[in-house]
Amino acid sequence: MELFTNQVLAGIATGAIYACMALAVVMIYQAIDHLNFAQGEMAMFSTFISWQLMQWGVSYWAAFLMTLAFSFVAGIAIERILFKPLAKAPVLTNVAGFIALFAIINSSAGLIWDFTIKQYPTPFGSSPFLGSQLISTHQAGMIGVTVLLLLGLYFFFQYTRIGLAMRAAASVPESARLVGINTSWMIALGWGMATAIGSIAGMLIAPVVFLEPNMMGGVLIYGFAAAVLGGLSSPFGAVVGGFLVGVFENLAGTYIPGVGNELKLPIALALIISVLVVKPAGLFGRHIVKRV
Amino acid sequence: MSAAEEVVAEGHQAVEAVPKRAMTLGTGTSLVVLAALLVVPMFVKNFIIFQMTMLLIYGLAVLALNILTGGSGQFSLGQSAFYAVGAYTSAVLMEHANINYALTIPISAAICFGFGYLFGKPALRLSGVYLALATFALATAMPQLLKLNFLEHWTGGVQGLVVTKPDAPFGLPMSQDMWLYYFTLAVTIAIYIFSVNLLRSRSGRAFMAIRDNEIAASSMGVNVALYKTLAFGVSAGITGVAGSLGAIAVQFVAPDSYTITLAISLFLGMVVGGVGWLPGSFVGAAFIIFVPNMAESISKGLSGAVFGVLLFLVIYLVPHGARQVAVLGQQLVGKLRKN
Repeated sequence: MELFTNQVLAGIATGAIYACMALAVVMIYQAIDHLNFAQGEMAMFSTFISWQLMQWGVSYWAAFLMTLAFSFVAGIAIERILFKPLAKAPVLTNVAGFIALFAIINSSAGLIWDFTIKQYPTPFGSSPFLGSQLISTHQAGMIGVTVLLLLGLYFFFQYTRIGLAMRAAASVPESARLVGINTSWMIALGWGMATAIGSIAGMLIAPVVFLEPNMMGGVLIYGFAAAVLGGLSSPFGAVVGGFLVGVFENLAGTYIPGVGNELKLPIALALIISVLVVKPAGLFGRHIVKRV
Repeated sequence: MSAAEEVVAEGHQAVEAVPKRAMTLGTGTSLVVLAALLVVPMFVKNFIIFQMTMLLIYGLAVLALNILTGGSGQFSLGQSAFYAVGAYTSAVLMEHANINYALTIPISAAICFGFGYLFGKPALRLSGVYLALATFALATAMPQLLKLNFLEHWTGGVQGLVVTKPDAPFGLPMSQDMWLYYFTLAVTIAIYIFSVNLLRSRSGRAFMAIRDNEIAASSMGVNVALYKTLAFGVSAGITGVAGSLGAIAVQFVAPDSYTITLAISLFLGMVVGGVGWLPGSFVGAAFIIFVPNMAESISKGLSGAVFGVLLFLVIYLVPHGARQVAVLGQQLVGKLRKN
């Protein structure tokens, strides 16, 4: 039993990483209706910016805020320059655009900061949390930040004018335009917010996985899986999905014989698909009804 | 977010409707292309022949994805898994059972068809992003499955298998590369004709009806579940043939040659070639084979970025891929004729 609780705790700790990333994935999905394959790379690039600022002697929190602002502006710029012209192009062409963006960001980060692994500081320290060896104060801090972000987003979407406008623009663009919402800028705003949330995820993940251009590869896959499991239309579902995927993955690695590190990912994905076969819109997603 | 239901307006589809006549080339153009494919290898070096063989092989794999996505409207990121199964089937049969390479191809087509058909069953419940995730899971799992210990006797584990390259039969005066090229060309032409006819048949019309409006299709009496899984099976079968030919041409199979990167490349090939336009598959294949090399030669350190920029250029200029270029060309020729 102790092994079980320990593994669940460890799963929650890794799950916090996935939850953070899944939140960013859901944000962009809400705004533009696509999964952004370059999201992980964008987060990685932001994290490198904050690292560079700290190398130049800026304090952690100042660098954190500056990176947040940079990511927000960069997200909007990417939407305006690269993806707005593609708004009328077929969906699959947009997906190809994300893959192109992925290649561009990954390769430029490699050229600017090279592929060596870098240490990244944590503001929470890395001593054991409440005497538990499995969760460090950093991981506890990460869970805390994720929950705060979730609450913040909830209030933003539920109780602010602009949050309401964004929801309207995402769900029924035509009607939203009729009541005077600038839907095109709402999409840009969605990109900005998703990129900023992604950068927070990146800066929290970097102390755990270390900083390098390919750091997000694995994390993004789990982030997608978590977002899909929780239901792509629900930020709350994304966070729950993230923790579930983390726990799934750890328990599969511990209890199913013959599952090494290599088979953890396929098994976690297989479990998620089994869930999806039973609940096709994810655990907390709304079922979309089509008009014939 | 209390509303339990959300109504999505009509006319929002993932894959655009392409009429079946617009899916192929005219007879004249086809004959010119065929003649070029037959004659060119006689005048070029072996390495270029090899690259042309790979072009046909990737073209087949992209064509398979095109039937699935452009034909029946289902999206797949798992084509690399079917490709791997085809490649391994051929390699194992040739090296362990000493079966002739040409005979392994129908066998791997059959095995992959079955695999794809069975995979299509649970995938029926999923669509769009969810289907993408499921196929993606298949693609990430495949290399790990091929490395499993108890399969190692057959698959060679991480090391993979070396495949012997066949000689030209009947004492034909041809190099191995050239023979393999013509062999691949024959298979490609056969599959191309099969695919064109498939899409023009009753089954093809059923695929397209499902792509354009699933509910309408089922109310017209189309067996949606059957045709969706069938599309998966056919697509997997053709991809398996491409995998077999690939294994024979490269003379080597290893788990890490068939990762998700391959599936993404095939997807890019389909978009660049034009979704739902079968001849475009070969244009797309050319893009995914030659453009990364080109990017590498422009800048070693930034090859990924150069590739990304080139890809962006292509999708800005022609968001509908090579099909758009072909349509423009056709209109231009039409105008010239009138004048």
